[in-house]
Amino acid sequence: MSLMKISNLYKSFGGLSAVLDFNFHMEQDELVGLIGPNGAGKTTVFNLITGVYKPDQGSIIFKGRDLVGLAPYTICAQGVARTFQNIRLFNDLTVLDNVKIAVHKDVPYGLMSAILRTPHFFKGEDQIEQQAMKYLEIFKLDKKKDELAKNLPYGEQRRLEIVRALATSPQLLILDEPAAGMNPQETQELMELIRLIRDKFNLTILLIEHDMSLVMGVCERLYVLDYGQIIAEGTPQEIRSNKRVIEAYLGEEVE
Amino acid sequence: MQKNNKWIKFATEVIILTVLFSLVQYLITAGLLNQYYQINLTSMCINIILAVSLSLINGFTGQLSLGHAGFMAVGAYMSVIVTNMWDYPFIAGLLAACAAAGLAGFIIGVPTLRLKGDYLAIATLAFGEIIRVTLQNIDYVNGPAGILGITKLTTWPWLFGATVLTILVVVNLINSSYGRAIISIREDEIASELMGINTTKYKVLAFVIGAMFAGLAGAMYAHYFYIIKPETFNFLKSFDILVMVVLGGLGSTTGAIIAAIFITALTAALQAFPAIRMILYALILIVVMIYRPQGLMGNKELSLKTFGRIWSGRK
Repeated sequence: MSLMKISNLYKSFGGLSAVLDFNFHMEQDELVGLIGPNGAGKTTVFNLITGVYKPDQGSIIFKGRDLVGLAPYTICAQGVARTFQNIRLFNDLTVLDNVKIAVHKDVPYGLMSAILRTPHFFKGEDQIEQQAMKYLEIFKLDKKKDELAKNLPYGEQRRLEIVRALATSPQLLILDEPAAGMNPQETQELMELIRLIRDKFNLTILLIEHDMSLVMGVCERLYVLDYGQIIAEGTPQEIRSNKRVIEAYLGEEVE
Repeated sequence: MQKNNKWIKFATEVIILTVLFSLVQYLITAGLLNQYYQINLTSMCINIILAVSLSLINGFTGQLSLGHAGFMAVGAYMSVIVTNMWDYPFIAGLLAACAAAGLAGFIIGVPTLRLKGDYLAIATLAFGEIIRVTLQNIDYVNGPAGILGITKLTTWPWLFGATVLTILVVVNLINSSYGRAIISIREDEIASELMGINTTKYKVLAFVIGAMFAGLAGAMYAHYFYIIKPETFNFLKSFDILVMVVLGGLGSTTGAIIAAIFITALTAALQAFPAIRMILYALILIVVMIYRPQGLMGNKELSLKTFGRIWSGRK
């Protein structure tokens, strides 16, 4: 059974159809890329999966349960986590607090415990801190734990967003243009990082990316979206030579 | 080591609070603190409760609420009904005040907290006014004339206890995982929701707790100043509290406390110049906002550690 299966998904904003009859499936442990020209509807698809938007029609079956109509935090609890195209960290909080917030959904103590400062609270806080530090150490951000998120360099902010998403312990990680604004060397490091994440956490990863070297380098399977519709699907090699894809990106050939 | 530090900090806090309490208690019983100072002291404590509870909603959760005086009114009236009309002890009045104000916070919070920014501000402003107008039209509590001759039950121990309790609950809540969840809503609501935080639930939680303590402040107020009427709790009162929170710095409990003390003292001091009182008050606020737009404390907290650092001369 597939991990996620999306069927006949539709979404329009006013008169504009952003997603039109979108069909898609992902297997466990796959690394799939979603590419397409600007304005093709890629981020809209991500927003539909994570519950930021409600689809007009269609179903998103994740682990046998339909995610359509669920609140974003419930979808997160089901095991879907994401990063954002334009970074959305909790800017005025420390790096450590950013990650601690992501582990909050499994908070080991109750509200009264927190207010009364019971021993249970202190034990729980230690537990949360250890868990958050574990993630920061893996991604070499542990030395910057007390810095405010907004003061990190751009590349590290991107990395922190990934760490924060991972801290919600997802099964499906959705990355929205993780290489945006990165130089070739940073992109190279990111590729290694994505592979490391998948191997270390046994994750299924779905990513949107414009950087073709990254997409072609790490993805096992690609979907190409144009004007809200899937126009091609296949391995990177197949996509590279697909006529419709070339048309979508470069325009039609003139006789 | 760390555990020791925790106990030292706790002990220091207890000692400071005990000394503060006993000192004022001694001054009152020895007759060294005249009526004028006692009234100002009471206003100060009530303002601290109001400012700290509103800072939980406006400063930490980031939800602009302009209806705080409404919850204060609910608490004030409820406590007077319970103590003066039904003859229950003060503590019952206080608990009823908190419960009623909390319930009002819940009823108002659930529908309005789905609004954001300006829209939420207007909705809460309107709800605050609805509470006031409703009270004006209930004959049981004397309508616009209000209730006179309320027994004076608010004494320094009650006042001190209520103030410390408010600060303690808000500070402990904020410095827990629940507090971080609440602050993450202020930072970025969408990101917070997508990281698994039930933002609606936590917004309502902060709103209800804030409203409960506003109710407590209302009860303290009613049982000190003999008289309550709906007009006392109009939207200007809500703005007064908001000014304290903004002046202290959004997202700083110590800031809210300092601002509440500062504003109460300022209002008292300016009573000597009745003609230009409001002009001076406004000018001082404008000057502070020009030079400290982030408020007196920004989002920083003043703690024993800060004093320790100053003491030892380290930076």
